[in-house]
Amino acid sequence: MKRVYVNEEWCLGCHLCEYECAFANSGETNIVKAFKRDRKPIPRLHVEDAENGIHFAVSCRQCEVPYCVLGCITGALSKDEKGIIHIDENKCIGCRTCMLMCPYGALTINNNKTVTKCELCTNNNQEPACVQNCPNNAIVFEERE
Amino acid sequence: MGINLLYPKYEVIRNFDRCIECRVCERQCANEVHSYDPELKRMVADESKCVDCQRCVALCPTRALKIVETDNTFKKNVNWKQQTIEEVYRQAESGGVLLSSMGNPQEYPVYWDKMLINASQVTNPSIDPLREPMETKVFLGKKPKNIELDEAGNVKTILEPQIELELPIMFSAMSYGSISENAHKALARAATKMGTCYNTGEGGLNKELYQYGEHTIVQVASGRFGVHPDYLMAGKAIEIKMGQGAKPGIGGHLPGRKIGEKVSQTRMIPQGSDAISPAPHHDIYSIEDLRQLIFSLKEATNYSKPVIVKIAAVHNVAAIASGIARSGADIIAIDGFRGGTGAAPTRIRDNVGIPIELALAAVDQRLREEKIRNDISIVVGGSIRSASDVVKAIALGADACYIGTAALLAIGCHLCRKCQTGKCNWGIATQREDLVKRLNPDIATKRLENLLTAWNHEIQEMMGGMGINSIEALKGNRLMLRGIGLSAKELEILQIKHAGE
Amino acid sequence: MLREGEIRIPSGCAISGIIDRKGRRCLNGQKIVDSIAIMHDRSNGLGGGFAGYGIYPEFADLYAFHIFYDTMEAKEACERYLDRYFEVVSYGIIPTKSVESIQDSPMIMRYFVNPLLTKAKTIGKVPIDEETFVVETVFYINSNIDGAYIFSNGKNMGIFKAVGFPEDVGEFYRLNEYDGYSWTAHGRYPTNTPGWWGGAHPFGLLDYSIVHNGEISSYDANRRYIEMFDYKCTLLTDTEAITYIIDFLNRKNGLSFEDISKIIAAPFWSELEHMDPAEAKKIKTFRNAFSSLLITGPFSIICGFTDGIMALNDRLKLRSMVVGEKDDIVYLASEEAAIRAVCQDLDYIRAPKGGEPIIVRVEREEK
Repeated sequence: MKRVYVNEEWCLGCHLCEYECAFANSGETNIVKAFKRDRKPIPRLHVEDAENGIHFAVSCRQCEVPYCVLGCITGALSKDEKGIIHIDENKCIGCRTCMLMCPYGALTINNNKTVTKCELCTNNNQEPACVQNCPNNAIVFEERE
Repeated sequence: MGINLLYPKYEVIRNFDRCIECRVCERQCANEVHSYDPELKRMVADESKCVDCQRCVALCPTRALKIVETDNTFKKNVNWKQQTIEEVYRQAESGGVLLSSMGNPQEYPVYWDKMLINASQVTNPSIDPLREPMETKVFLGKKPKNIELDEAGNVKTILEPQIELELPIMFSAMSYGSISENAHKALARAATKMGTCYNTGEGGLNKELYQYGEHTIVQVASGRFGVHPDYLMAGKAIEIKMGQGAKPGIGGHLPGRKIGEKVSQTRMIPQGSDAISPAPHHDIYSIEDLRQLIFSLKEATNYSKPVIVKIAAVHNVAAIASGIARSGADIIAIDGFRGGTGAAPTRIRDNVGIPIELALAAVDQRLREEKIRNDISIVVGGSIRSASDVVKAIALGADACYIGTAALLAIGCHLCRKCQTGKCNWGIATQREDLVKRLNPDIATKRLENLLTAWNHEIQEMMGGMGINSIEALKGNRLMLRGIGLSAKELEILQIKHAGE
Repeated sequence: MLREGEIRIPSGCAISGIIDRKGRRCLNGQKIVDSIAIMHDRSNGLGGGFAGYGIYPEFADLYAFHIFYDTMEAKEACERYLDRYFEVVSYGIIPTKSVESIQDSPMIMRYFVNPLLTKAKTIGKVPIDEETFVVETVFYINSNIDGAYIFSNGKNMGIFKAVGFPEDVGEFYRLNEYDGYSWTAHGRYPTNTPGWWGGAHPFGLLDYSIVHNGEISSYDANRRYIEMFDYKCTLLTDTEAITYIIDFLNRKNGLSFEDISKIIAAPFWSELEHMDPAEAKKIKTFRNAFSSLLITGPFSIICGFTDGIMALNDRLKLRSMVVGEKDDIVYLASEEAAIRAVCQDLDYIRAPKGGEPIIVRVEREEK
């Protein structure tokens, strides 16, 4: 199954992936409008900037054994037949257990207090926005063993 | 100092209605122009540091930025232009030689734009390159005076070593040090894939790039940086750099701030100190000395590699070329005055040298008059900007063209002409690791391959239009060109007729 | 109006050639005239010409110079030059017949000469061979003696040309009074009115004569290369350049006509993969070493030489050419009609491919 992978050799720490991700998942059609709102859209991946000059965009690994799903007390988190892990906003109570369970820190709290994470842009009907908009091909969408 | 004689050249215009404070501009500007002010809760810019490299403009996700030339102007004066006045101020402040990068930007005639190409009609049909073979393969090297066959009718004569190119365009010399390792990697890979060659420039060759040796021209310049036997054997051909179009008469200049550990190792010089190549080769003070070096290199490589001699286009270029053709060189490369550079004194770049179009016409004609045109191949560079320039160059008599600036533009350069600072925001003309990272060789290689593919196709279209289906029939075919808006003397030097004749 | 040599004049044309494989002088000049006459519409009356081989058996070892003179001064200057460096064994006016459509004829003379090589030493070229000496004489006279033009200079062969339809030119020169073993003919359709007889085809140098239908796009590339080898392209025509190329490759480089066709109509690179490796290597070397002798653009040439003929088309076959044979006589022409006009019943007739040379070498039976 294809996942989003980061080649840290090329990540420049420009953070464009965060903004494009947030916009793609915001449901808005105009990026300027999306960010001029009182509550800015939240990205589902975040870029770690280290002192030694290495940058890395962290996003959900769509784990084979998903600890977040195992820990979810309401069943809001589930894995579909393709292997992608989705969040049902209506069931999520914002308890943040999944955030503690995830070894990668890939989950974060949304504007409406529910949890959000990368779902490979399946709900946006496009190829992952971070992959499309990375200016240096640091983020790729491919299958790896 | 309380007084600012030099007003910033550029203004950073931000459309605050569009800016979403994503801070990409801040993160990506090596000149530290942009920053986020948390109190004002918006981006601010210090235009005095802006060099108009367009990095922030290109990356801004909402196109909120533009860089404009300031309209703060001195009083208009055709003789004392604002730029000229500012250069005097800078020299009064620093006491130093003005340094610039890339090619001559001043107003001189561009002869490529004053020549027109023929097309066949009625008396002779044009050829469709999509349906008929259209060959752009060239061979560079010394051609034999005659061919001997054996009894079976097979060729007995052994040719001098040749470079076989799939298309008549090569990447020009750009040294490691002036440009980054990633840029070199991309050039090497693209040259290999497209069946042409790239040139190491005077910075030596990284061991990792030896694998592309069949498509590498190794350069021996006056500083002899990185020259050792393995280096010479690694390439497909050896180029002796006698001069460079951007700075005829002086040697290469790499500022110390661009010399880190790797550059220092590859060039075999100390870190941090300016690498200034000597003006002449100190073992070549005359043409016979050049002959000696050519044969020394041939001996060192067992006569297996063609030797190229690269010269700048200067006033008596025809006579110099004639001397070189008789000295044992296999190929002459001529670099016109518009050629690019990593760093050169401004006055030399803008005032020394002659246009490549005229130099090429003169050299090709002179060599034919002396009946030695067959002894060498001619490669030209120094502002070849498009496929039509290539076609015109070949029609004037060149065998192939070198592209430098065009290749860098393909991989992201915006010609901001600040290469000498070492802070290239596009990862090309820098050695800073965080900036070099910005040039992903996978992306850059693909872009260079695309550029060459596109140009090759355009060349084929123009050839087909002229009724020529193999590029050798275009070489020196001056009747395929007509001048427009040229004086009688210019037409005479170019040996082409005026449009309408 | 500028004439050939001052401006480049493109044209379309008709060509024809006949040769007897056994080298017998059984072909009367009228035969070739009849052949080219049928292709009347391919010409526009502004040039026609013929080359005949074996037509001067009584002077077979002497060079036959055919010369146009515009003025008496030109004739005197030229004859003075010839007397100095050649033994002039016989000379006279080329017999002609009055034909209404052939006007403004210059003086047309022919001289049967022997070069005096010892005299050649006086111009400082030692040693020199006979052929080079003749070639240099022709270049000298054509460039330096105003009003004189040598248009044929081979042994036991002659070129006859004028401004007019080829059949009229044939009648003018009384070609029915000549017998030879090989003939070529040309009718011209230029896009300009040259009005100068020297510009018609065939073009000849020594015993090479070329008739050509086409317009080569590589002309200037070819010219600027061949001029490095002491040829002067004074006419600025394709035919002149092609003739010099063939002379250079055949006489100066010793290459066969088969090899010459591989150079001037070289196979495409893509064809090398299907060739025998030694042949592919040869083609690659030829294309590299003689790159500026590749001829592109449409051409269809018949090259006559002593004891042979070669017909060749460009690689894309952009001009027509057919070859037929009957009873040891080979016929070549731009159209089948031109062959059938003189030989109804043929053993075969076919169109050679682009780049495929038709080479006929005379094999005389030993007496």
